[in-house]
Amino acid sequence: MNLKIVNYGAGNIKSIQFAFQRLGYHAVLTNDANEIIKADKVIFPGVGEASSAMKKLKESGLDKIIPELKQPVLGICLGMQLMCHYTEEGNTEGLGVFDTQVKRFSNTVKVPQMGWNTVSNLKSDLFKDIKEGDYMYLVHSYYAVNCEEAIATTDYEVEYASALENDNFFGVQFHPEKSSKVGEKLLQNFLEL
Amino acid sequence: MLTKRIIPCLDIKDGRTVKGVNFVDLRDAGDPVALAKQYADLGADELVFLDISATQEKRRTMHDMVLKVAEQVNIPFTVGGGISTVEDVDDLLHCGADKVSINSSAVKRPQLINELVYKFGSQCIVVAIDAKQIEGEWYVHLAGGTIPTDVKLFDWAREVEERGAGEILFTSMNHDGTKSGFANEALARLSELVNIPIIASGGAGTVQHFVDTFKDGKADAALAASVFHFGEIPIMDLKQELKQQRIPVRI
Repeated sequence: MNLKIVNYGAGNIKSIQFAFQRLGYHAVLTNDANEIIKADKVIFPGVGEASSAMKKLKESGLDKIIPELKQPVLGICLGMQLMCHYTEEGNTEGLGVFDTQVKRFSNTVKVPQMGWNTVSNLKSDLFKDIKEGDYMYLVHSYYAVNCEEAIATTDYEVEYASALENDNFFGVQFHPEKSSKVGEKLLQNFLEL
Repeated sequence: MLTKRIIPCLDIKDGRTVKGVNFVDLRDAGDPVALAKQYADLGADELVFLDISATQEKRRTMHDMVLKVAEQVNIPFTVGGGISTVEDVDDLLHCGADKVSINSSAVKRPQLINELVYKFGSQCIVVAIDAKQIEGEWYVHLAGGTIPTDVKLFDWAREVEERGAGEILFTSMNHDGTKSGFANEALARLSELVNIPIIASGGAGTVQHFVDTFKDGKADAALAASVFHFGEIPIMDLKQELKQQRIPVRI
């Protein structure tokens, strides 16, 4: 399988590469638009701050490429947030793949949310053989507002969209690459889509 | 619901675990990678590796270890010990560490926190604080708790949060190694004072100590070493008991 991880200089992506390696797949890092377009599956990762990550995407022209992709694309963490149409972080316009916006948790809860929380209201083949109430590992200060495209929700201050799906685009707020066996199952499911 | 985290801490010297680990079915108890994998399988929520190597040269062996752990372990881990520059952090994150923990270097030069947060984001910057209560007042200590400073714990915690750290790992020097329970009063005050997660460290001896630090100490996570390494408290038994006590945990 031709599996590519979009490498636009945002955060630690080694963990994602290692997670696929544990599943027996070789995921290649690239920022080459042609390579990404030709891939069977694309991972769009991201850790860090939204506006600077978006700036890097624009510099490489990938902001135009990603929304046009036809193969399954999985955004992870900040990657998922950048696929929404807007994020409050750095007042940033996103790629608009998902029809929802990203807001900051209020100070009534500890920010960032850090640790293991449950996923519920699971839809989509991405969660095949993953149970309601299974745990995923999350680290984030901003969340996607619940919407019709939500295929999983998580409770922290509010019930928010912890996974999204629109056509060939998928996004997860949690880190499947760090979510033990359940996370590995989700990555396996993505590869089998 | 977000669960409370249980975090085994491994001391690493020259790329090997120290302090003796007496663990089930491990052929090489000195191999941090094998140990980390085992902890992940046994239900640990995260791991902390603390590098206590004496020299910079020996620290390089840490990079190989981090790379191997990242390759083989499917839960998050933090690396701490002797980190003092942006380059140190860059190297460790590139090897696959999820978070780094800084301690003395942040006290000596607080601006380091801002620099790290700017470059890598809050989510991967943990500030470890070792403090000791002296005549009623908590003071920050350096170099593994051996060097006292006149920095007060609660002032420092607030500053650490303002500078953007994502998490605080608080170790009470009064409790560390005593197995008499965590410093819950100070922990609860910390939790009320700052709005970032607090990891309780120092003093774990019994299952009840963990119950207390989550209930009374309001800790978000609890870290311990010997009670886990010597199998005194199996992690799953601990989590079952916490669940019984209505403390949310991942089982």
